Amino acid sequence: MSIKKLTLTALTALTLSVTSAVSSGGESHIQDTDFSFESPFGTYDEAQLQRGLQVYTEVCASCHGLQYVPIRSLGDAGGPAMSADAVREYATQFEAADTSDGAELGDTREAVPTDHFPKSNDPKAPDLSLMAKSRAGYHGPYGLGLSQLVNGMGGPEYILSILNGYTGEEKEEAGTTFYENTAFPGGWIAMPPPLYGEDVDYADGHSNDLRQEAEDTAAFLMWAAEPKMMARKRAGFIGVLMLTLLSVLLYATTKKIWAPVKQRAKDETENS
Amino acid sequence: MSGIPHDHYEPKSGFEKWLHVRLPIVGLLYDTLMIPTPKNLNWMWIWGIVLAFCLVMQIVTGIVLAMHYTPHVDLAFSSIEHIMRNVFGGHMIRYMHANGAALFFFAVYMHIFRGLYYGSYKAPREVTWIIGMLIYLAMMATAFMGYVLPWGQMSFWGATVITGLFGAIPVVGESIQGWLLGGPAVENATLNRFFSLHYLLPFVIAALVAIHIWAFHTTGNSNPTGVEVRRGSKAEAEKDTLPFWPYFVIKDLFALMVILAVFFAVIGFMPNYLGHPDNYIEANPLATPAHIVPEWFFLPFYAILRAFTADVWAVQFVNWITFGVVDAKFFGVLAMFGSIAVMALVPWLDTSSVRSGRFRPMFKMFFTLLVIDFIVLMWVGARDTEFPHDWISLIASVYWFAYFLIILPLLGVIEKPDQTPATIEDDFNAHYGHASSDADAK
Repeated sequence: MSIKKLTLTALTALTLSVTSAVSSGGESHIQDTDFSFESPFGTYDEAQLQRGLQVYTEVCASCHGLQYVPIRSLGDAGGPAMSADAVREYATQFEAADTSDGAELGDTREAVPTDHFPKSNDPKAPDLSLMAKSRAGYHGPYGLGLSQLVNGMGGPEYILSILNGYTGEEKEEAGTTFYENTAFPGGWIAMPPPLYGEDVDYADGHSNDLRQEAEDTAAFLMWAAEPKMMARKRAGFIGVLMLTLLSVLLYATTKKIWAPVKQRAKDETENS
Repeated sequence: MSGIPHDHYEPKSGFEKWLHVRLPIVGLLYDTLMIPTPKNLNWMWIWGIVLAFCLVMQIVTGIVLAMHYTPHVDLAFSSIEHIMRNVFGGHMIRYMHANGAALFFFAVYMHIFRGLYYGSYKAPREVTWIIGMLIYLAMMATAFMGYVLPWGQMSFWGATVITGLFGAIPVVGESIQGWLLGGPAVENATLNRFFSLHYLLPFVIAALVAIHIWAFHTTGNSNPTGVEVRRGSKAEAEKDTLPFWPYFVIKDLFALMVILAVFFAVIGFMPNYLGHPDNYIEANPLATPAHIVPEWFFLPFYAILRAFTADVWAVQFVNWITFGVVDAKFFGVLAMFGSIAVMALVPWLDTSSVRSGRFRPMFKMFFTLLVIDFIVLMWVGARDTEFPHDWISLIASVYWFAYFLIILPLLGVIEKPDQTPATIEDDFNAHYGHASSDADAK
């Protein structure tokens, strides 16, 4: 067996094991969606992130927090890219702990852009900062994790499917109401349907049906979980390009310095 | 430094002579870099450089990460998010470090299996092999503790499961587990000591790597034919070898750049591919994840750990003759450490007089099976233990031991090896010489 074959088998091993590691999950139904930020060339859509922020602010934020996200990052390029004034204005609706001189424990003040979004109001509502990365809803055909390269991890798809997945059925168990949801593992979720369609009025006049609102929310939460994605992809492209160039140069150098050695081997065998 | 005769460093300028008498450091570097290297090394001999690069990359990125990371149960998870969001370039450094561990292990498996195929472990390179196995063990410990530091769900539960293995040791197990954790469960003391050791062990690895290199620079590199370099005279040795610089340094750097291009594509375009989504949920001792899956590079040994359940007759038998001291859990732990131990003992288990697998027709088949076995173990390690996974992992685990303990010792006796080339020069000329140019075999 050749060493090339060995290398190939080892590569297959890597792929197989990874696949199996991520494919163990519930039997929930996650629909794949083409988001603008998927694939190596994908980018966030500023307008969509701003719409998603609006849905988060007006609907999700009543229960869910975004405690790891600094408010100022709303102004970052490669994100919602809001103006500095808009970010300052936006921050004022939240409260932050007052730690100035003379303030007592528990005192609050108006939030400023350097503060983070608040934590969840409802202790049972999970924080949404990393929701889009902590769920891998979609694995592509045959559960092949490799489709991540073009389809992403499936976290936003999971969020979208949850928001879209309510059947309208309810049941009560031990004093808690559960809502049937086709995307949630197990089929019953404690969160009441947060969106019905036309829950917010978009400033840009975009359609505000349920599907659109859910997509915008999912996109916004992907940004919240991975705010540096655009910079990362750019770095990836530069890295791959530079290293490929360097590979070509080093290949040529290798060929050149080995040429006399190989020529000598040829000469010696010709005489014998 | 090397047993192969070659030119040594001669100080030329006045300063060099002055320094050489006091500290022959330039000579040491010169001899290390100019070491005569068998000229027929193939592309499987590049992984050493890749591994050296990985170690340096992990240490450099790790030191920067440690400047911003906080090893405290209440702050660890959010300090990682701080690195990802607020530290300049922090997201790239963290993704490089996390995926760098995967590249490190991929390279080390290629390196180990290269050694197993070409018989690099055989005399006189047993010490190099043993040091290498120690490096591998230290790498596993470092990687395991590093995975705990982000304090996500997999960090916490992985730490709970793995330290629990030590609890399976009879009599002293619970004490050892408590001593490892710094308390009765995975908590702040555990996180702190793991951080401390995760910072320390890479430098231990660096020292072991230096000894590893020293050892094989003493014996000389192995090579695909397994035929030793001729050492009768300098002229003879020069027919079999080329200096490491520039011939192999440039070749290895080329390979490294190709590998790094792929590595950067992973970091840039799917940096969380090898991670588990659950590790983006902060550790919660009250909520156990549905599936606790180790990192991919631990999966083969994790599969061996789980393979020997209480309904396997061998386990029941051992349980009976040890008066119940070795139960199924402890048997699994012994099997897991044993599977690495048999690999470390391979220089003494392989009885064949021929070093390279290239000239061993029967060995090739069993070795191919071993590679497949390793892949199967890796695959099944991430599965549940329901039928047929229990049987697959048991059969694959048994083959792993059979290969080292039965097949290798027997093959040396029953196998009729092919003719090996007389010299490395012959092999090289057969490959690149006049006759072979039209029939490029390999």
